[in-house]
Amino acid sequence: MSHVAPRAAHPGTAALPAESEARIRSLLGQVPDPEIPVLSVIDLGVIRHLALRPDGTVEVGVAPTYSGCPATPVIKADIVRALAGAGFQVAAVDVLSPPWTSDWISAEGRRKLAAFGIAPPAQAVGSARALLAKDPPVACPRCGSGRTARTSEFGSTPCKALYRCEACLEPFDYFKCL
Amino acid sequence: MTPQVRYVLRLADSSLVLAQRLGEWVGHAPALEEDLGLANVALDLLGQARLLLAHAGELEGRGRGEDELAYLRDEAEFLNLTLVEQPNGDFGQTIARQFLFDAWQLGMVEALQQSADARLAAIAAKALKETRYHLRYSAGWLVRLGDGTDESHGRAQRALERLWPYVNELFVADEVDRAAAAAGVGPEPGALEQAWTARVDEVLAQATLARPERAHFVWYGRQGRHGEHLGYLLAEMQSLHRAHPGATW
Repeated sequence: MSHVAPRAAHPGTAALPAESEARIRSLLGQVPDPEIPVLSVIDLGVIRHLALRPDGTVEVGVAPTYSGCPATPVIKADIVRALAGAGFQVAAVDVLSPPWTSDWISAEGRRKLAAFGIAPPAQAVGSARALLAKDPPVACPRCGSGRTARTSEFGSTPCKALYRCEACLEPFDYFKCL
Repeated sequence: MTPQVRYVLRLADSSLVLAQRLGEWVGHAPALEEDLGLANVALDLLGQARLLLAHAGELEGRGRGEDELAYLRDEAEFLNLTLVEQPNGDFGQTIARQFLFDAWQLGMVEALQQSADARLAAIAAKALKETRYHLRYSAGWLVRLGDGTDESHGRAQRALERLWPYVNELFVADEVDRAAAAAGVGPEPGALEQAWTARVDEVLAQATLARPERAHFVWYGRQGRHGEHLGYLLAEMQSLHRAHPGATW
């Protein structure tokens, strides 16, 4: 799965030269998510397009993870700063549609989450779960046990829920399916 | 103000006012997890409100942005559902209010996916995923309270009785709704009622709570005619902007 979706950019923009695009992707791979710094913005899947405006500005399309996520403006500012430091003139724009989904987190990002102690989201959601249905099983990121229980639907950031492991007795964060 | 601007403002204001109400719980919820939970729901609603207010401002075309619309309008210009301005009460009343709203908002944002207003459809697509979580949270708690102790059951039932008079407003159409429906912008409010009732009945049955009788009276917060509570809420929400006009982050 490509981490930068081939979405149409703003009208009037063109594709970036392959060399610049590779350089920009590599730079974005160094920009951390401010709330889960183990993930880059590429890992998180929030970069939706890269394009060149007629005035030479590089346009970066960014999908917010949650409508009210306070990290979104920080992510955009960090992207502009990182690329400006490499000599690019940059505009970061919001891309609301299609809405971000946790399925866009890269395989590498999921590995990093688990290594960091955050259980990665179950995949292939898309459809609405039944209102009072059981949750999909979540494995403990520390000991791997499937004997876990949800403590709270909401955690320290909008994208996480609180769980505890009944085997190793440690609490942990679960990156919610969205 | 065109009907479409009013229509978007109504959605924005309901999310904004409910976010402000939920924010009042921060630091006061019965447990840390619920403090986080209510704050997270508030944050999602605030994010939706910001997107909707910015969109309403653009549609209006008079240069008003999200801050002008949130901080520089007075009570009668707010177009939220009367339900969401109701005080928090105890935890049971907050959960009951949240559940009645979430069950309505789910149907609303599902229907708005087909809106002729592409921006509104995109905001609704984003909100839909969040609303599913909110409804799971509020429904789950309503079941725990209703099917809990005599005390929690009694409080949850009284909360429903207290809030039920505001339910009619969710499904009554006026000329703004009819214009929006005719233009394909949003659903007829009445079209959401059947699915709402089914959703609510399913959860109330599990919660061993009784659905109160519908009142005849209809509130019109969505036309700017509010109860006594909204003014106090706005006084607090807008106090910083009144003390420091034009303040921005």
